[in-house]
Amino acid sequence: MADTSVAHAHETDAVHQENGSAWDGAKEPFKASYGKLMMWYFLLSDAFTFAGFLIAYGALRFSTPTWPEADFVFSSFPFVEGHLPLIFVTIMTFVLIFSSVTMVRAVQEGHRENKNGVVFWMFLTILGGATFLGCQAYEWTTLIVKEHMTVSENPFSRHIADGIYLNPDGTEMRNPDGTPKTFAKGDNYLLHKHDGKFDIPLVKYTSGEYAGQVMEAGLGPKAFGALFFFITGFHGFHVFSGVVILTIIMINAASGLYVARRNGYEMVEKVGLYWHFVDLVWVFVFLVFYLL
Amino acid sequence: MAGHQTYEEQKALVFRGLMILGVITIVEVVIALLAKGHLIPGVKFTEGFGHYMYMLLMVGFSMYKAYFIIFYFMHMAYEVRGLVLSVLLPTLLLVWAIIAFFQEGDSWGKRRELIRQKDEEVVKPSPNKPQGFYQLPGTAYPSTTKG
Repeated sequence: MADTSVAHAHETDAVHQENGSAWDGAKEPFKASYGKLMMWYFLLSDAFTFAGFLIAYGALRFSTPTWPEADFVFSSFPFVEGHLPLIFVTIMTFVLIFSSVTMVRAVQEGHRENKNGVVFWMFLTILGGATFLGCQAYEWTTLIVKEHMTVSENPFSRHIADGIYLNPDGTEMRNPDGTPKTFAKGDNYLLHKHDGKFDIPLVKYTSGEYAGQVMEAGLGPKAFGALFFFITGFHGFHVFSGVVILTIIMINAASGLYVARRNGYEMVEKVGLYWHFVDLVWVFVFLVFYLL
Repeated sequence: MAGHQTYEEQKALVFRGLMILGVITIVEVVIALLAKGHLIPGVKFTEGFGHYMYMLLMVGFSMYKAYFIIFYFMHMAYEVRGLVLSVLLPTLLLVWAIIAFFQEGDSWGKRRELIRQKDEEVVKPSPNKPQGFYQLPGTAYPSTTKG
């Protein structure tokens, strides 16, 4: 008697499963826990925030007749004099790729319930994140202290037409060999600051719609500095909070907290999603600021 | 979860990811330096069709990197279809955002000249109409010096 009722109960259960939907409750329709699913949706919303910033960059760049070239602006390297265009930021990109790879390893070791493996690979990931932040600190310091770029003043720009540099008295500037000091359309320039004021040269254009006019080759588009500091700053803040969260999760993992949960270190997997997202955003920041 | 892969396969994926992302990044930077005229003197793709192709290539590489990170590092390739679609489909809205805002930015750029002209225009004040006109914030580049 008891046996048949159990069999009957199983039968109704099976029927219920066939007719009912995965959305009736008490199941995970997306085969992912609540926490992991919400991490995905948070990342989606965060992607929209970053996309908003980067699209604003594009819109403002389209709206100005001139825009500084990345290979001119980002060409400093620690302990090296002279121009090394894009090399330092490539190294930063590699640091982030490496830290993403070590994060994948940490998640894999978590699935194998290997506590020491998780802690080891997470430690390397944190190291990578901290290195990236250090690189960014160098980049920002160079731009602010050496090149005097701020959120409201941008000394980098490009000439909008061919022309000649003029002396303050209006005569043409000469090179040491006596030829006129000329520039071509699209040439980059960086204004230097003396005694708290930018030296803004007078120029006479010889082509384009301002041909023949005497003008100032002034500060570059203001938006460039503001966008650079806000977008890379927002990304850097994500890296910073990622390093903090990774450190907390690593300490938790080392303390054996997740061993007791027996869910394959899901917490490590969730923070891993966030960390990969930070790398993902950098792909687009790198594209927009440094490559295009 | 990547429970369907063996441990060796997982480690191989990590190495493959490192290679793919690293090589693409190096290729991107080399092409960028070439296109901006730093590698071969006289060779430059900063104008016209060459520049257009360069930008398309860079966007393509970046999209592939993004795809790889999302699908393999973040395991999107092994998630349920519904989860994949609910996360990825909304990003299609950005396509329209890009088209609309770039168009808008371009229009601001074109109106800069109009604003400069309007700035220099002398208009007799009319007693019936409200004074002043709408002006975008910020300055038009480059600034002209009188005299």
